[in-house]
Amino acid sequence: MATAVRETAPERSASRPRHRGWWRWFTDNIVLLIGIAVLVYTFVPIGYVIALSFSKPSGRAASAEFETFTWDNWTTVCEPDGLCESLQLSFAVSLVATVVATLLGTLMAFALVRHSFRGRAASNLLIFLPMATPEVVMGSSLLAMFVSLGFNGALGFITIVIAHILFCLSFVVVTVKARLAGMDSRLEQAAMDLYANEWQTFRLVTLPLAMPGIVAGALLAFSLSFDDFIITNFTSGQSQTFPLYVYGSKLKGFPAQLFVIGTLMFVVSLLLVVIVELWRRRRPT
Amino acid sequence: MAQSDGEQRSGAPRDLHLTEVSKRFGDFVAVDDLTLTVPEGAFFALLGPSGCGKTTTLRMVAGLEDPTAGTVSIGAEDITGLKPYKRPVNTVFQSYALFPHLTIFENIAFGLRRRGVKDVKRQTDDMLRLVQLEQYGGRKPAQLSGGQQQRVALGRALINEPGVLLLDEPLGALDLKLRRQMQLELKRIQTEIGITFVHVTHDQEEAMTMADTIAVMNSGVIEQMGAPTELYENPRTTFVANFLGQSNLVSTDVVDSSGSTVIVDCHGQKVGVDESRSHTDQGKGWLGIRPEKIFASQRDSEDLEDGNQLTGGVVSDVSFVGVSTQYLVRMPWGQELMVFEQNTGQRQSFKSGDEVDLAWSPQHSFLLDADQDAAAGAVREDVG
Repeated sequence: MATAVRETAPERSASRPRHRGWWRWFTDNIVLLIGIAVLVYTFVPIGYVIALSFSKPSGRAASAEFETFTWDNWTTVCEPDGLCESLQLSFAVSLVATVVATLLGTLMAFALVRHSFRGRAASNLLIFLPMATPEVVMGSSLLAMFVSLGFNGALGFITIVIAHILFCLSFVVVTVKARLAGMDSRLEQAAMDLYANEWQTFRLVTLPLAMPGIVAGALLAFSLSFDDFIITNFTSGQSQTFPLYVYGSKLKGFPAQLFVIGTLMFVVSLLLVVIVELWRRRRPT
Repeated sequence: MAQSDGEQRSGAPRDLHLTEVSKRFGDFVAVDDLTLTVPEGAFFALLGPSGCGKTTTLRMVAGLEDPTAGTVSIGAEDITGLKPYKRPVNTVFQSYALFPHLTIFENIAFGLRRRGVKDVKRQTDDMLRLVQLEQYGGRKPAQLSGGQQQRVALGRALINEPGVLLLDEPLGALDLKLRRQMQLELKRIQTEIGITFVHVTHDQEEAMTMADTIAVMNSGVIEQMGAPTELYENPRTTFVANFLGQSNLVSTDVVDSSGSTVIVDCHGQKVGVDESRSHTDQGKGWLGIRPEKIFASQRDSEDLEDGNQLTGGVVSDVSFVGVSTQYLVRMPWGQELMVFEQNTGQRQSFKSGDEVDLAWSPQHSFLLDADQDAAAGAVREDVG
């Protein structure tokens, strides 16, 4: 179709060459142009972060414009007060929350997909609720609950972790469930048929096959937890996670090292995606 | 597991027995009080349309389904309640169910490793050679063609030298040409290693090509069991007559069943049926004649063979299919009979509208109880 149109194009453009040629090029490439525009729209803020990480600030805080190039921000990452401490706390919270949520979520997903029990349909529905509840509401209710449980003076690492596990859990369950639902249960029957007992079947067949779903769930949980501001803000007490630190420094002016952290995170996630993609291509499943 | 090798095999024959086995799913009876014995070393086919209970039967032998009643045993050993991994039985699954995350080598070695066998490498290499996949050991199942995957599934089961190998429609996913090739291959391997094969299929040609014994299943019960030729030549039910090949079933009345040939009245014309093939001796009966057993000849000609004769037919349809010409002949009572004539060049060919008489030998027909549906088990495209 498209080639047929192209072949007749020279004849017609002979009569009105300039206008026709430009318009044709535009209509042929409109999808590509829109695509490029969307990509630019997506990546400009990230590019901005990367650029600013190399900008020498004129005052104490970073300014919104690129001034002179410098490596200084990269060598003094931990200099701003509390920045690296907040990062450390965020990593600790996210790691613990991810591990616990992934473990519990995977077990729940198995129960929901593989076993029929009273209330399974209800559980399937209820598991979506934490995702649907507005974070502000969840955060405030968690705070009220913690206070009434006597956590008032002890708000911090523990309460943040409890809150994060709560909202990460549903995402892990949903992700792992999707993977399990698509898995052929005959593979497990085949393993049992080939002398693997229940535990061996789980370890050698079920778990490796469910792994991509579990890893995806864990990554999702980590990034949700690491990123969370609203619920953390309610449940953190005096502790400061990285998002809280960033928000707090908005008032004083961002230290330029923030952009270094931002760039590093971007690079690390990009690397992870590339590694996973390469690994996936190496072993088709 | 261990008992599948050596010591037990040398002793009593390890026949597979199913005794009064039933399986119900809620109200639905999948398998109904089934009793059968598969002798050790047999190539046994369970043949039937989908939903007849053949796969459920197989799964009960494998231990993937628990019977509602009855027992399954191999030799003297009752395996009814045993877990699948405790049974000396292996399965080739319909979809192959190869482990996608393991290499071909590891797929085949899976059973050996679970049983803690010593020389996994040598045995697996031998099996790769037997199924002609030596150079594919390092690949993943997704990188193999359907036929190759099928051979992996076979090798993965065979390497354990099971007492009974179960095959659940193993060739169903292959194209026709490959299927024919694999049928011969399977038969060769079975003859070579002498393991009992229980093969589930809905393809009657596949069953007849490979099996020594066929059990035709319908609605959870075995309709008839026997060698392929016996089932084909002497079916006991209309279902078997129609499901294995094609049959003309004509409504008749039994006139005389005292002699070695039972005489029936077929719409005014008397024909005979061998007593050994008569499964009813009074009242009405379905006279069954295979289309290729009938000879057609021109009306009132000298060529008409001796034996049973039905006169007054008119050719209503002719289709030439190469090895034979298939006629539909409308009889005086309105029924159309199928008549297949071999293209030997020796016999006259007819065209639509020709008047013909039909003949066949009394040993080549059978008589069935008239209480059954004449269309049971028939492939719909041949009707009307």
